This record gives sequence, structure tokens and C-alpha cells, in this order.
Amino acid sequence: MKFVFNTTKHLAWLMACCFILVSSSPADGINTFTGEKGTLRISGGTAHIPVMKIAAQNVMGAHPDIQITIAGGGSGAGIKQVGEGLVQIGNSGRKASDAEIQKYGLSLYKWAIDGVGTVVHPENPVKALTSEQLQDIFAGRIDNWKALGGPDRAITVYTRDASSGTRSVFWKKALAKGAISPKAQFVASNGAMKTAVAKNPYAIGYMSVGYIDPSVAPISLDGVVPDLETVKSGKYKVSRGLYSNTKGPVTGLAEKFINYLLSPEGQKIVAKKGFVPVH
Amino acid sequence: MLENDRIPKLCLQIAAWGCAALTFGVLAFMAWLSIPVLKASNTVQILTQPWLPNQGQFGIGPMILGSLYISVLSLIIAGPVSFGGAIFIRITRPGIAGKIFQHLVEAMTAVPTVVYGFIGVFLIVPFIRETFLQGSGMCILSASIMLALVIAPTMILIFSQSISNVPREYTIAAEAMGATPAQTFFMIILPYAWKGILTGLILGFGRAVGDTLIALMISGNAIAFPGHILDSARTLTAHIALVTAADFDSMEFKTLFVCALTLYLLTCLGVFSARVIGKRQRSS
Repeated sequence: MKFVFNTTKHLAWLMACCFILVSSSPADGINTFTGEKGTLRISGGTAHIPVMKIAAQNVMGAHPDIQITIAGGGSGAGIKQVGEGLVQIGNSGRKASDAEIQKYGLSLYKWAIDGVGTVVHPENPVKALTSEQLQDIFAGRIDNWKALGGPDRAITVYTRDASSGTRSVFWKKALAKGAISPKAQFVASNGAMKTAVAKNPYAIGYMSVGYIDPSVAPISLDGVVPDLETVKSGKYKVSRGLYSNTKGPVTGLAEKFINYLLSPEGQKIVAKKGFVPVH
Repeated sequence: MLENDRIPKLCLQIAAWGCAALTFGVLAFMAWLSIPVLKASNTVQILTQPWLPNQGQFGIGPMILGSLYISVLSLIIAGPVSFGGAIFIRITRPGIAGKIFQHLVEAMTAVPTVVYGFIGVFLIVPFIRETFLQGSGMCILSASIMLALVIAPTMILIFSQSISNVPREYTIAAEAMGATPAQTFFMIILPYAWKGILTGLILGFGRAVGDTLIALMISGNAIAFPGHILDSARTLTAHIALVTAADFDSMEFKTLFVCALTLYLLTCLGVFSARVIGKRQRSS
């Protein structure tokens, strides 16, 4: 039984790899957009937005006939909206589930690897936690910073809504699918998480490593600091691919945009924004 | 000529009936989609259970309470302030100062709520957190204060309108009989304008219940039953905004229709009571 399960898992991996191979055809750079016009609508994962924005600006700057709109909403929204044809590209910070791929006939294109790091306010003296402590904090079993060597103030736990890819990866790999306290407060995007944690000295939250900047402080988990290097080397385990999904095989403007993300130029943007390129 | 009149009249009639049908259509649509959910998990459960979608519990009670707490508290804050504002405009400073204030208030009604939400995150939230030294500052109190700012302008304008509806002869007569301004206000203006003021309160309540962004950005959106004004809470509107991304076929998504139905009925209740009161005022 276990063997069968493994095979399907491997098959899924193989399929994902095929998709990535298909998408990395050699057409490169911004010039491939010459002669294109129209609107490209993108929505979904909020971790993707910084890279998407720069890529879209580059394309629109060079080709004023092309309009690219980028919305957030979370990975679940991205998958749903692309599946229903509301957008041409739906981003997700997790791999779409087999059920989702089947239901909507999705094609997956992975163009970056990203870690999900735990963050606190820069003034917080607590800078390192073990997995166990982290799970206790999120479950509400540790509810005061004093227990961890910090100030005598209640811990505010920030989390994301259930459709967030960032949440599902963090929950699986950092919290080991442990409980999240009902007292945890919800924010709607990676950006909102950064604002919430940066403005609250007693907060703890988690976000895409690409979003971590000096306004928040990363927590080293079991001795590993989440940053570009540790995610790249695989030492930091809480990581995931950043996917762009299309309904059916990708065509037209969407295809050129995804190819651009996978081109050396696009991958440079990926690296510059704090994510690990796939090429 | 009469022949020509018929076509535009018909068009307008179709438009009017279309709008009315759409409103009822939305209600029917939500009711129809809510019924399977209410049947599958009996109605009491939906109100009392916590929201734990991973464990198959889809209670929306905490959100209904969150909506009610936040909107009632914002009404408690905004009510007296708006009342004072309206008196300022119509009675104590009816001249230039009142006019300027009135224009300011009119401008305030046009400010998008997201702006208030944004300001709230940076000003009110840290202030509440450091004042009470408890929680994150993202709580019912912070959201209510910001929401009060959103609903106050509408209420001030309605209040001042209903105060100005008091016939001049009444106030002049009262003054002629030697009543002090305070007496005129409490004995003549207040009894006459009272129903208009109630209408303003109800419309303010409707606006507070319906607002999404303030609560989404400031109240913290925790799913626990709120028990204290410094607790974080999630409103029905914020809940819908946060859960819409869930799968269409999932139970989570289906319970959103119950949320929407509850919201619809809450606002309807507000509007209808405003109508009934308004009607009584006109006939009296």
C-alpha cells in the first residue's frame, strides 16, 4: 500500500518536472513580447507579487500596448480564479493539490524557491527557537515572552487564512501540522503580515523569506536562520516552490510572461527580490 | 405626444422593477444556497460551534458576535459625538463656523474606509496596545473607534437635517415665552427631531455592520468567541473576505452563504426600522 502511495507521489513529481521542462524553452528576454498587445490578468499568492510587479513593469515599459494587472488574494484564490477563467495566470505559493489540478486541468510552472521564515519585531530579544517551542507558541501553550527570556508581555500570534500557501507550508513543515490557537490573529497577505509584526513589539508571525527586511527580525529555527543562503542550500527546511498556474497548457501573452520569468533576465529579478532562482 | 411618452416610461419601469427583482433575487439566491448548510448541520450548531474547518466545525457564532460588538460599540462612540456635531452646526454656531464644519463633515463622508483602516493600523493600534498593556492592540475597541469615525459624518448630517426640520415658528414661540436655549432644545427641538435622530442611528448601525475593511485591518480577525473589548474579533464581513478563497465545493465556502444571509437580514432589519420610524415621523 505504501509502495503504491509512493509511486503516485513520484509520478506527480515527474509530471511537475515535465511541466517545468516544457516551460523553459529557450525564448528569452523582453524582446519576445514584440508585436503582442492585450491584457494579462494575474492573481493569487502574495509572495509572488514583488517579482511579478518588476517583471510586469519591465514588460509594460518596453511594450506599452500590453496591460498586466496583478492582484493578491492568496494561493487558494489564485488557483480558483485561474480555474474559472477569471485570470490567465493564478499564482500559488504551494503546489496545487491533485484534486485541483484534475478539476481545473491546471498546468504548473515553478519559477522560484522560497522559504517561509518565522519573524518577530526587531526589538524582541528572542532570536532563536526550537521547533517544539515554536509549536507551543502557535498552539497557545506558551503565551508570554517571559517564558522564552523576553519581556513579561503576552505573545500575539499572527497567522494567515486557510487559503494561504504560506500558511499551508508553514503549518506542514514548521508546525508539523500542529494546532493553531483560536486566539491567533489573522492577516490577509504577506505584506499585511510584515506591517502587523513590524508595528507590534510582542508579535510573532511567519512570512515569505523574500519579504523579510530590517523592519522585522527572522527567528532562527533549530539553529538555522531563514535566509536566501540557507533556503538555497536546503539547510532551512521550511521551503516551497513559487508556482504560476494556467488553465490547460499556457498560451499567448501568459506563455511569454512565464517564459520571461524563467529567462535569465527574469531569474535575475527573482534573485534580486530575495528568492532562490530555479535555473 | 402621448404615444412617444410610453417608451421612456416603459424603460424606466423595467429598470425599477429590475432593480427590485435583483435585490430579492440576491436574497432568494442566498437563502436557497444556505438551506443545505442549515439542514446538514442544524441551525443551533452553526451558531454555537467554533470555526475549526479542519475539524469539520463551521460555526459562525463568533463572527456574528464580533459584528454586533464592533458595530454597537462604534455606535456608542459615534452617537454622542455626532449629536454634538449636529448641535454645533444647527444651534450653537449656525453661522460661518457651522457651515465650515458642515462642509468638512460632508467631505469626510467621501473618504474611503481603507484610508481610515490604514491610519488605524499606524495610530490607534499601537496607542491602544501601550495604553492597556494587553493584547496586540488589534481589538474590538480599536476597530470601533475607527469605525465610529467612518459612520459619524453620515450621522451628523442626518441629525442636523432632522434638527433643521423643526419649524421656525415653534422655536420662535418658545423663545418669545422666555424659554432659555437649553429649554428650547430639550422641550421643543429634541421631541420633534427625535425620530430623525433614531433614523440616523439606525443607518449608522447599518453602515457599521456592513463595513469590511476597518474590521479586516484593525480588529485582528481571531476566531475565538470575543469576551472583552480588548479581545481580537472577526466580523461577518471580514470572515467572508478571508474565506472566499476556499474551494467552491468545500463546506467552508458554503457556510459563507449563511454569513451573507445573516448580514443581509441584519442590514434589512436596520433599513426597515429606519423606514417605519421615518414614516411615523412624517405622519405625526
